Order: sequence, then structure tokens, then C-alpha cells
Amino acid sequence: MSTDPTTTRTAPEHPVSSPLTIDDMTVAYDRKPVLWNIDYDAPLAKLVAIVGPNGAGKSTLIRAVLDLVPLVSGVVRVFGQPYRQQRSRVAYVPQRGSVDWDFPVSALDVVAMGLYRQIGWCRPVTKKYKELALHALDRLGMAAFARRQISQLSGGQQQRVFLARALVQEADLYLMDEPFTGVDAATERAIVELLRELQAQGKTALVVHHDLQTVNEYFDEVLLLNLHLVAAGPTADVFTVENLRKTYGGKLALLDQVGQRIAVPESR
Amino acid sequence: MSANGTSLVLALLIVAGGFVAAAAQDDVAIRPTRTTLSSPELALPEWDQFVRVVLLRDYNTRVVLAGTVLLGICSGVIGTFLLLRGRAMAGDVISHSALPGLAIAFLVGEAINPGAGRVTSTLLIGAVVSSLIGMGCANLIRRYTKLKEETVLAIVLSLFFGLGATLLSIVQQIPSAQLAGLQNYIFGKAASLIYNDVLLIGVSAGVVVLLGLFFFKELVILCFDEEYAATQGWPTKRLDLLLMGLVVGVTVIGLQSAGILLVVALMITPAAAARFWTDRIGWLTLTSATLGGASCYLGVMLSALIPRMATGAVIVLTGSLFFSISLLFGMRRGLFWKWYHAYQLRQRVERADLLRACYEAAESLAATGASHSQPRELTDVVFTVPQLSGYRNWSARRWNRLLSKAIGHELIVPLPDGEYRLTPAAIAESRRIVRNHRLWEMYLIHYADVAPSHVDRGADWIEHVLAPEVVDELIRLLGEQRDVVTVPDSPHPLHAEIKSGGGGEWERGG
Repeated sequence: MSTDPTTTRTAPEHPVSSPLTIDDMTVAYDRKPVLWNIDYDAPLAKLVAIVGPNGAGKSTLIRAVLDLVPLVSGVVRVFGQPYRQQRSRVAYVPQRGSVDWDFPVSALDVVAMGLYRQIGWCRPVTKKYKELALHALDRLGMAAFARRQISQLSGGQQQRVFLARALVQEADLYLMDEPFTGVDAATERAIVELLRELQAQGKTALVVHHDLQTVNEYFDEVLLLNLHLVAAGPTADVFTVENLRKTYGGKLALLDQVGQRIAVPESR
Repeated sequence: MSANGTSLVLALLIVAGGFVAAAAQDDVAIRPTRTTLSSPELALPEWDQFVRVVLLRDYNTRVVLAGTVLLGICSGVIGTFLLLRGRAMAGDVISHSALPGLAIAFLVGEAINPGAGRVTSTLLIGAVVSSLIGMGCANLIRRYTKLKEETVLAIVLSLFFGLGATLLSIVQQIPSAQLAGLQNYIFGKAASLIYNDVLLIGVSAGVVVLLGLFFFKELVILCFDEEYAATQGWPTKRLDLLLMGLVVGVTVIGLQSAGILLVVALMITPAAAARFWTDRIGWLTLTSATLGGASCYLGVMLSALIPRMATGAVIVLTGSLFFSISLLFGMRRGLFWKWYHAYQLRQRVERADLLRACYEAAESLAATGASHSQPRELTDVVFTVPQLSGYRNWSARRWNRLLSKAIGHELIVPLPDGEYRLTPAAIAESRRIVRNHRLWEMYLIHYADVAPSHVDRGADWIEHVLAPEVVDELIRLLGEQRDVVTVPDSPHPLHAEIKSGGGGEWERGG
């Protein structure tokens, strides 16, 4: 549907090698647009922070790329092709709060879910895959917790399990939704280390990030978002007071108001 | 799921299938005239009847048992997923939606060929179709409105059940309707099962369980993290349909024995009960299947012993009995164990508090004694309850209770004249406790900027939960020696006044 190559104009100006190309994307929930006309090219082998106030559509951006939310208009390309043809090259780390951590599975079971596609329909998770999952847990310093039921893990450990699940997919593009939220210092270090490792391997990560103080330290690039794309580019150039004011300032009330009107057209 | 879990569930099925085979070997000709399950008199079973039922001498009991146990296993397996997906209510809608289908199937069958409407399979096909329509309606309403799911489900449930009840009252006026026993489908009547029904149940239950196990991994990822599954390319909508299809399957299998109103309990109760026993999804499925089978077995036995007892209702009651037992005594999260662990912790905390009070009392007594005579070993220091009471604002009764308990544990030696002395073992244990307490106090003072007069209460509770690695870290931070259990000096004066100030905040019990 939305990523159908024939529906809209092609975008020859975008480099084919770009891990993620977003062209004039508009996303709406129940007809209310939450992202307007996003144009963005993710650079290869860079760590990108997606920054913006609450309700700016940061998660929606990631979810739209992953086809979890339908697009109203626009085209998304992953390494030059529709996402559906590139699933195996993309790994998603959802928000920690999005699942029931009381679910009766172990940390290893959750990480193995990252391999289910590779394992294929109706086949059991064999020893070979369990070892891959264990290795991924080990890379995040979680090997000792592999057999633990997931409710017995701390918030930071749960986050690391989610990261290991993405890691085990051996993807080229990582989309992470607030991995740093509510984690302990050790987990934060582990995540940053992992991001750097991924980058060194030529992989790209887009990370929804809340902590403005660490953006400079952790990320090469920034994408400032508030319903529309405020600015995007190298952190040094883009992460400026002026741009932040634009992102967090109240000037976008109009955009929100118009969105409301579209959502409820009969209101006066 | 682990391979052994799968094979165990299959083994269960085979055992239950054995009942069917055993029933099949019986020649219908030697069927007893007085069937146990339909005895007219309402009386407690006599001994010979009891023996007949328990030893499965009756053909009917065997048939009914085989059918319901298969149903129990199958519903236990599918119920696990229904529970994990949080769709118990959807299961209810599916079963209630079957009623109009039953009535319509009967009418259509009778219209085409008188007598055809009474055939079980005709009725069940009607039930499947109308269950699917009910579920479809709920899905459609949900997709195109903003109504909450539970609202939609409640509306659809009552609509279909009401429609079914209306149709049923019309159908009841047709004489042959009594023969079809349509009213039995509401509350269930396992006693009405015949061999062919059991064969149908067995085969369907086998197919449903096999499908559930075959798509185990896919159903697990659907239940745990649907969106992630979707990004991986799993067709989550179709997997959801598969699960709902399996639920429809179980419902239809269970209609005759458990009935429209109760069949959903057969799915949810065993699964919920099993959740108290295990944290592993493979074992959860197996436990749920076992509990489902067992509650059906027990339910059929009971209803066979007591005449005119609705089998479905008894099965649900036995299932609830298993649930209650699991709720209380389940190894993983049963309430009894929860209380027991809390009790144990309280005991441990009290013991540590007592030892620390005694140790600190002995410590300061030894110090004051040393000033005017020779230094004394802590084992030699004697103390009394009034001396101890400066270290804890406990009542005299509590002191006496705890002290006599400690005497029983050989931590404290009672001496004449109300005096007490610590044993060497108690001193070794209390050294560790006091050290942890003081390390934590020092940590609070040095790193968390807590005033020395306030740290005691904070450390009081924390010391009981300090893990060894945390203690090591504290030792490292505070430059204490790791190998020798040294007790650092208290960072604040060990005086009664600071203790009595705080009152209850960190005090456990009273």
C-alpha cells in the first residue's frame, strides 16, 4: 500500500546506498496527521538521535518506517527498496513498556525470537539458534541471566534483552525506540558500547533519545522532530540552541490545531 | 516449546485416545440396560455402583470419559494461548455465538430431510459457522468504531445469545426438536455423548492440538510481542485468525459436554491454574493440558456417581477446585508460598535486628568495662533486657519472645538473674550483620550525603537485602579489608536517643 513503488513519484536525488530514505512522508492516526511531509536520508554507518518533545511523533516515525502505521502519503525506502523486501536488514527495538514482562518466557527465549524468521515456519528453536541467542546476550553482559524469567530482570536488564534480540538479527539498520529510558548507568554504558560497535561494523542506528545532555556525546547525527522535520544533520551543525528552540518552542501549536481540524472536520 | 514438552502433550493425547479405543472394543450388545449416568433416583451412590464407575465397568462412563478427557487436554493447550493473549472474553463471544447456529442448522437440516437436523455433525457445523460470524462481527465493529473491545464483545455476545435463545424457543415447538436435545447444548450434557460423538471429538481435538503445537513458536511471538512479530514479517492478522479458529474448534468440540455457557471456563481455568506452577511456556502448556484433562476426568466421575448431575457444570467446578489449589499452593506464585517467604524474611530480619542490638550492647559494655578493668572478650560480656532496650524500641514482651527464640537457636545463653550472653556462633554471625549495617551507613554518609544521625534507620532495612557483590563493592569503596570480617566503628554514637527518635518508619512490626 503505502510503500508501493508505483503510487508516487520516484526520488532519483536520493542515494541508493542510503540505509533509510524517507520521501515526503505524512502519517496520521485516525485521520489526525501526526507527522507532516518528512524528507530524510539517513547516512550510512552513523548513529542518529531522533530528538523532540513528547508527542512530536518520534515513535511514529520509526513505526511508520516499519509499516506498523499506514502512511497517508510518501515513500519509504530501506537500502533503496521497500521495507517489505528488506525486513531481514532491519532490526527494531520497541519501547520496553510495549510488552507484558510477566510473560512466561526466559531472557534467552525472547532473544531467540529475533531468529524466528531465520528458523522459519513451524520449526523448533534448535541448539544452534539457542547458542546464537546466548552469544548475543553475552555481548550485552547478560549471559548469566539467560535462563531467568523476564519478570525477574531489572528494567535495564530487560532493555538489554530487547537489544540482544535486535542484535541477533544481524541487521544493517537498527531502529530503537527510547532504549535509554529508565535504565541504570551500567546498561546505558552497555548500550553506548554496543552502538559504537555496530557503527564500527558499518551499521546505522536511529535512536529515539530523550536525554538532550548526552546527544553530543553519543550521537554523530541528530534528527530534530516536532510533527515536522525541524532539522537533520551532523550533531555539531544541527544540535544548536536555535534549532532546539524551534523544536521545543510553542510555535507549532498551529500545526497541531490544523491536525485536530482534519481529525474532526465537523467541529466549528 | 521444548521438544520434550511437545512429545509429552502428544503422549497425554495418546493415553486419552486409549480410552476411546477401549470403549470401541466393547460390543454394543453387552451394554448394560441400566445406564449409570441416567439413573432416575436421586440418591447417593451405593458401594457397588461406586466400584462400577471407578473401575470403568460401564460402557457409557468409558465413552463419556474418553470424550471429555480429550476435550480437557485440547482446551488446556489452546487455553494457554487464549490466556497469554488476554482474549478470554473473545472466547466467551465465540461460544455464545454458537447458539443461533445450532438452531438454524437444526431447522435447515429438518427442512432438507427430516431427521438430518438431529445429527450432531450438522448441528456442530452450524455452530462453527455462527461462531465465526460472531467473531467477525466483533472484529468489524471494532475496526470501524472507536468502541472499546470489551464493549464490543459484550454487545456481540448478548446479541448472538439472545438471537439463539429466541430461535431455540421457536424450534422447541417442533416435536422432533426434543430428540435433538438442543437445550442440552446450553449447559452441556456429557452423558448424552455416544461413541460416534467421541470419535468426532477425538479426531477434532487431535487436529486442534497438533495445529497448536505445530504453530507453537508463531503463536508465542504473536502473544508476546505482536508488533515486533509484524516487523519480522510474520502475518500477525492471519496468526490471530488461526488462534481464534482453534478457539472455535475447542468450543465446538466442547459444546455437547460443557455447553455454551461453560466451555470457555474449560480453556481459561486450567491455563490460569497452570500459571501458578511454572514460568516456562512449554511446561505451562503441558501443565494446563494435564489440569484440563484431570478436571474433566474427575468431573465425569463425580457426575457419574451422583445421578442427574450436569456433567459440564461439575467439570467446571472440579477445574475451579484445581485452580483454587494452584492459587494457594502453586510453586511459582501461589499465595501460600508468597506468605511463607514473607514470613521467612520477617524471621530473618528479626533475628538480625536482635543480634545486632545484642552485639552493639555487648560492644559498648565491653568498651566501658575496659576503661576501669582489663579488656573483655565479647563472649564474656553479659547484658540484661533493660540494657538492650536502649538499642531497639521494642516492647519488653517482644524482647522476651525474641530472646527465648534466640536461646532456642543457641545464639544466646541465658544466665541467672535475667542476664544473657552471646554464643561464639552468634558473635560471628552478628559481626557480619553489624559490618554490613555500618558499611552501608558509611556509604550513605560519604556518598549520599545523609546526615549521620539519620543513616541508622536507612541502613536498618537495607542491610537485610545487601547482596554479597554489593558488600564487596562497599568494602572496596570504603577501603576496608575484604578477607577479614572486621567490624568498623559505628559512624554515629550508639546511644538510645537516636534510636528512640525515629519511631516506626523502618521498624518492621511492633
